[in-house]
Formats: sequence, structure tokens, C-alpha cells
Amino acid sequence: MSFIQVNLNLWNGFQNTLLIFALTLIFSLPLGLLISFGSMSKYRLLRYPINILIWIVRGTPLMLQIMVIFYVPGLIFNAPIASRFNAVIIAFALNYACYFSEIYRGGIQSISKSQYEAGQVLGMTKAQIFFRVILLQVIKRIIPPMSNEIITLVKDTALARIIVVVELLKEAEILATRGMIWPLFFTGVYYLAFVGILTLMFNYAEKRLQYFRA
Amino acid sequence: MNILEAQKISKRFGTAEVLSDVSFSLTGGETLAILGASGSGKTTLLRCLNFLERPDEGRIILRGDLLYDAALHDKYDDKAIREKRLHFGFVFQSFNLFPQYTAFQNVVLARELAAKTTPEYAADKKKTIEEIHREGMEILDQIGLSNKRDFYPYQLSGGQQQRIAIARALAMRPDILCFDEPTSALDPELTGEVLKVIRSLADKNTTMLIVTHEMQFAREVADTILYMDEGMVIEYGTPEQVMDNPSSDRTKRFLERYTAE
Ligand SMILES: Nc1ncnc2c1ncn2[C@@H]1O[C@H](COP(=O)(O)OP(=O)(O)OP(=O)(O)O)[C@@H](O)[C@H]1O
Ligand SMILES: [Mg+2]
Repeated sequence: MSFIQVNLNLWNGFQNTLLIFALTLIFSLPLGLLISFGSMSKYRLLRYPINILIWIVRGTPLMLQIMVIFYVPGLIFNAPIASRFNAVIIAFALNYACYFSEIYRGGIQSISKSQYEAGQVLGMTKAQIFFRVILLQVIKRIIPPMSNEIITLVKDTALARIIVVVELLKEAEILATRGMIWPLFFTGVYYLAFVGILTLMFNYAEKRLQYFRA
Repeated sequence: MNILEAQKISKRFGTAEVLSDVSFSLTGGETLAILGASGSGKTTLLRCLNFLERPDEGRIILRGDLLYDAALHDKYDDKAIREKRLHFGFVFQSFNLFPQYTAFQNVVLARELAAKTTPEYAADKKKTIEEIHREGMEILDQIGLSNKRDFYPYQLSGGQQQRIAIARALAMRPDILCFDEPTSALDPELTGEVLKVIRSLADKNTTMLIVTHEMQFAREVADTILYMDEGMVIEYGTPEQVMDNPSSDRTKRFLERYTAE
């Protein structure tokens, strides 16, 4: 197999890696915000279950969560999940939403109460205060921890292979079982390039928000 | 006629009675200075008037009409409270400007947001916004900071930030402007510019409530002085009455301490 052919194979897997990455973010970024609101709710009936969910999700391996979501509906409810890929996306989205929610919560709670009050005395609504005053300050503060988490996600996508969703690393493993070892190591180049691009993007975002101090 | 009448405002935090039956009134253009030792309840009183705290008892009468009755608090929804609040402006001790907006944006933001639900805005967006911006510039001019319109808060001195905060409050055209120790967070050399702005507002007959520790300033600017101790009104009268002939020993001791400084 030529270098180019190997890369065509790896590229196939990498497309899945990208898809897992993108779909996880699309679902978990907003879901995390909802969960963070829930975890800060003044209603115990909402706050407690949400906090238990966060505890469970952050307290168990993502690998285990993927397996639970893939196998348990079929074993217990006799309603097997339609596709391996969907199981992966559900597990990843839920897992990352919980991590993001804690970062959001930290960011939101770090904004001084006086910023809310300044908005209130100007007659702004709660939504206006959140979206027009608080949110950008929160975003500025959480970019560093969020970039950390998102970079971790790039590498976590490799966990999808445990229920045989063929992403980049699995593709290389398939080649390895046919006696070709070097592509396994070569996947590192893909991950590094991907993380490199993301790092540049986060640096850019940080720069864009340097125009104010908060 | 009185613009504002605060009637028997009481506020407890847990079991601590922080305000007990505080009453006073303001006529149009009047400046009332509120004095009192630390912890006497001055900030809490202003916060009750702006509904940042919920008074336990008391009524607020605006131009002869009942604006707020603590007994009816649960009947007021968010929107109602927001509307009531707009009769008051609030200038915080620590400015609390919005860091991501320029001086000018700080001044016009809330007005723009409020305008979006008005019929004028629906009829002519551009004109409504232009009008708000024109007025915003006028206010910046008035406080002498039109040259800083595009500066972000961190690029301004404390005195300038506080003046922008005053402009931001003025932009909502409140009936009564409340200041909570507007110069306490400032270096001494910066208090002058802020006091000057407040003085010019007094000269323009702005109705104001000013919590301050600047005794000389209070004497010069205030029409009336209210002295509080432990949440109660101890003295209430003209600066001459309160400062030159206080009726209680506590007031005397307080005045001596602060005037000596
Ligand atoms: N949110 C709160 N919860 C409990 N107690 C409070 C709260 N806010 C204020 N207090 C108490 O109420 C009393 C009055 O406080 P307040 O801030 O109104 O005093 P002040 O006259 O403004 O004092 P200062 O001159 O130091 O600003 C104080 O004893 C304070 O500890
Ligand atoms: Mg105070």
C-alpha cells in the first residue's frame, strides 16, 4: 500500500473524527448552557437532579458511558439504539455538555452581582442583562478553559472505536491488523494538525476580545 | 407638590432591622443629602427605592400617586417593577460600567433596548435611534466627556468612569437621581470633577438623593439633610438646622468626626 493510499484510508476515518467532533460541539455547547442554568436554579427539584447527572457523567469514564448508551437500551428495554454512530454522539454530547456546564457556571458566577444590578436599575430585562451585558464577559473569561476542553474532545473522539465506529485511530488499527504498523503512529500528525488549527482559532478569539478588560 | 414621598420604609435582613420607618419627601428640584455612620442603612434605603432590595414595609408615593406598596409586592410582576424602577436613577459607589461597551454605548444602551418596544421605534427605527444618540451626545457634552465617547471604561480614570455612570443614569431621564457615595471609591484628587458634575445637576434643578460623607459638599449642595443612625431618621431638616444645631448628641459626634477629617 502506498503512502497516498494509506492516507486516503486515514482520511476516511478522519472524516468521521471530524463529524463526531462537530456534532458533539453543536449539541453540547447549548445543552451545556441549559444544564448550567439548571445547576444554578433556585428550585431544588431542578438543581438536585441536574447536579446528580453532572456528578455521574463527570465521575465515570466516557468509554463506559458510550458502552452504556449503546448496549443498555437493547439489554434492558429491548429497544436497541438504531446506530452505533448515534450512540457515540449521544454519549459525547451528554458528557461534554456536563463539562461545559461547569465551565459556564464558573464563568457566570464569576461576574459580579453589580453588573446585573447596573442593568436592573436601567430598566433592562433579565434576558437583556444576560445577553447584552453578562454573556460577552463570560465568553471572554471561559475561552481558555473551553479551549482546553475542546482540544481534549479532539483526542476523545478516538474512544468511538470501542463500539466499532471507524474513526481515524480505528482506521489505522485496521491497517495494523493487516501488518502495517506505521499508519498507527502517523495518525498523530492528523491530530496535531487539527489541534494546531484549533489553537490558532482560540488565540484569534482571545485576541478579538482583548479590546476590553473585565 | 412633592415628587417623592417615602412613607415608613422598613427593611429587615433576617432578624436585623436595618431600616425602621424611614420617611421623607422630595419636592421637584430638591437635593436631599443622606448622612450617617457606616452601617446605618443608607445604601439599603437607596436600594429599596430602586427595588434592588425588597422593603418589608412602606409605601412610595410619586407625584401624589401610589407607586409602590410593600404590602402589594407580590402583585407586581417583573415588568411592573421595571417600570417603577425607571422613575429612579442609581449611581453606584463602584460605577459598575459595562466593560465591553464604550463610554457612549454605556450611555445609550439601555435607552436603545427600551426603545425597541415603543411604537415610535416600530414606525421609524432609524429616527428613534438617532434621537437617542443625539441625546446621548448631549449628555456626554453636559458632563464634559464628549471627547471620551469611544473610550472603554478601563481607559478612563475613576472620576471619568463615575461621570459616565452619571450620564448613563441621566440618559434614562429618571425623575429622581440617587447617588450612593459617588466619590468614595475615588482618589481624593478625582472627587472634585464628580462633585462638580453633581453640583451642576443641582443647579439645573435635578431632583436628587445623595448619600455622601463629604460634609462640606452636602452643606453646599443639599437643600435638605437627613441623618440616619441604626436605620432610623434622627435628623431631618435644612443643612443649617442639622449641621449647626443638631438635636441629638449622636449627630454632634458624627459631625465632629467627619468634619474634622
Ligand atoms: N444583603 C444583606 N444581608 C444582610 N445584611 C445586610 C445586607 N446588606 C446590608 N446589610 C446590613 O445592613 C446594615 C446597613 O447596611 P448599609 O449598607 O445600608 O449601610 P450604609 O449606611 O450604606 O453603610 P456604609 O456607609 O458603610 O456604606 C449593615 O449592618 C449591613 O451589615
Ligand atoms: Mg453604603
